[in-house]
Amino acid sequence: MTIRLEPRTSVPRWLSPALTIGAVAVALTISGAVIAAVGGDPVASYLHILNASFGSVGVLSDTLVKATPLILTGLACALAFRMRLWNIGAEGQFLLGAWGASAVVLFPLVPDGTPAIILIPVMMLAGMLAGGLWGFIPGVLRARLGVNEIIATLMLNYVALLWIQFWVFGAWSESGFQQTKAFPDAALLPRLADFADAVPAFAGLTVHLGLLFGLVTAGLLWLFLERSRWGYEIRLIGDSPRAARYAGIDIGRRLIIVFAISGAIAGLAGMSEVSGVVGRLQDRISPGYGFTAVIVAYLAKFRPGRVIVAAILFGALILAGREIQPSGVPAMIQGIILFTLIVADVLVRYRVRIERRVPVTAAAASPPAASPPAASPPAPSPGAGG
Amino acid sequence: MDLGLILAGGIASGTVLLFAAIGEIFAERAGILNLGVEGMMLMGAVAGFSTTLTTGNPWIGLVAAMTVGGLLALLHAVVTIHLRADQVVSGLALTFLGTGLARVLGEGLANTNVARLPAFTVPVLSNIPIVGPIVFRDQSVLVYVGFVLVPLAWFWIEGTRPGLHLRAVGEAPAAADAQGIGVYRLRYAYVVLGGVLAGLAGATITLAVAPGWFGDQTVNGRGWIAIGLVIFARWNPIRAAIGGYLFATITPFNLGLQGVDRILGFENPFLPGRSATFFLDMLPYLFVIAVVILGSRQAARRRIGAPAALGIPYVRGERGR
Repeated sequence: MTIRLEPRTSVPRWLSPALTIGAVAVALTISGAVIAAVGGDPVASYLHILNASFGSVGVLSDTLVKATPLILTGLACALAFRMRLWNIGAEGQFLLGAWGASAVVLFPLVPDGTPAIILIPVMMLAGMLAGGLWGFIPGVLRARLGVNEIIATLMLNYVALLWIQFWVFGAWSESGFQQTKAFPDAALLPRLADFADAVPAFAGLTVHLGLLFGLVTAGLLWLFLERSRWGYEIRLIGDSPRAARYAGIDIGRRLIIVFAISGAIAGLAGMSEVSGVVGRLQDRISPGYGFTAVIVAYLAKFRPGRVIVAAILFGALILAGREIQPSGVPAMIQGIILFTLIVADVLVRYRVRIERRVPVTAAAASPPAASPPAASPPAPSPGAGG
Repeated sequence: MDLGLILAGGIASGTVLLFAAIGEIFAERAGILNLGVEGMMLMGAVAGFSTTLTTGNPWIGLVAAMTVGGLLALLHAVVTIHLRADQVVSGLALTFLGTGLARVLGEGLANTNVARLPAFTVPVLSNIPIVGPIVFRDQSVLVYVGFVLVPLAWFWIEGTRPGLHLRAVGEAPAAADAQGIGVYRLRYAYVVLGGVLAGLAGATITLAVAPGWFGDQTVNGRGWIAIGLVIFARWNPIRAAIGGYLFATITPFNLGLQGVDRILGFENPFLPGRSATFFLDMLPYLFVIAVVILGSRQAARRRIGAPAALGIPYVRGERGR
């Protein structure tokens, strides 16, 4: 039996979404089998995830809070990936963004008592600058020195975490604890719950302004990628770098700028997290948002709108997964989903044909003239062809 | 603080990087980039550790670790060689998968102890002044395996006929195929070998160098460091080994430094409780970036380096490269 891959000449519209959904289903099935194998109850685990993330307005709000940093970091990755730039450093850029925003409050860069209307935009800017710088570095290294961006961004993630720890354990430590002092109210993003006086239904809802940052960024990114000349060039570089070079596009420049923008978006995610959720800087502000973002971007096929949907799904997984035993299950599910997505992607591009070879004994038993192709010499198969 | 002890520790933990880097060199020389080293190492680490915990025999644990590493690499091989998926994405997926799976399987393994692989002193060689006690005294058996593997790997790649085939498959698969070399078969073999070595690297951590299971922290980015070393070493096992030993020496160095008050007569600025420790801890990662910059520049200048067909799926009958 030989498996052959033939490029599809036309792809039906339903195929790609159907395979994506199928890939997620297969991944959940495999994960369920692993959970069962280590002594857990997969059905109970999945029902728990559903219930603890979408079961009521309150938990749905918490899911959206977890989805917010994933939307932004997912968009950061999607932008870079669209150009086939493997920015695996959203985690570090997120942390630097959180640090930049915190620096505004803690140094402080603005006088005490600055109203929120000024303080919040300054924090956003500082977060985006710091995150952008953390994206700019690997961008320059890649464009000017040919340094592999995957390694550079990964290493910078570790450096960023140590940088945060330096401040949180040292100069900004609150009486020796591994966190800074709480930010003043003016430095906190408004939450729905803050308006509970006016709209009683908002009581207890934790969704904060950062979600709006994510939605607006998604819209802007869509406009940028699909409707601007720059976006067109970036997509061209991603699809066919050679064509882009022939077209006279300065790839190195685009690369550095895209990396910096990608870092700035991830940095905004960090700002939104310290200002909207945590209210202070800690070294453990991210449960790996920047890594999950890679899978979010891939699941969304680098499309800004779909990033929002994928981010909400993974936000639910992170939120509800905290209580699931064993504790590595959400990370494992993410890894398996990424793998099944890759296979699904192959199935979109290629048609798989399985050619049966008639077994030699059967061929000998049948009349010789019946199947001339099958009677080909039973020579060693050339590595299953291709 | 004993400098000899620190250097000996560097040799031991350098062995971890060496195994992983040489495994990656084999895969990349065959034309397949595998970014899943970190995940394969974690799975090897957890498989080796938990198997040893159950059976009480670290040798069985070692075999389990290498098997698991090889199986994960096989997954990458199928997806990238036969299914022609993007090698970067598949490798990343392998790391995510290995990390998550290792955390699930490693649940409850923290704070347990297992038998280590034996360590011994080489009789005559350990008496060599200065070098002997550092390199040949009380080292794990795997450290010596590393000493043997490095020249073997180098000779295999550069000096033998199968090694020539390996290089042909990575540089010019179409030409190799025309010569009757099984491109797919060899790529599978070397990707899996790379996984086996990554699994071995993981087990080297949990069964020899730093026994114990500490979740993701067990490997702590060393899979990525190994990939950086491959670029620095320009795909040469001997350079990778030297880089691995040098690099690993920096890490125990800072562990050692943190314990002493004075260095060369000066007050130690890196004592615990002083913030500079965080900057010292950054050094290994910054060092990798520096090393990759150097490696990339040299590769660009001398026009040697990455195997020509690295990262490109081979499809028989399509225009070859």
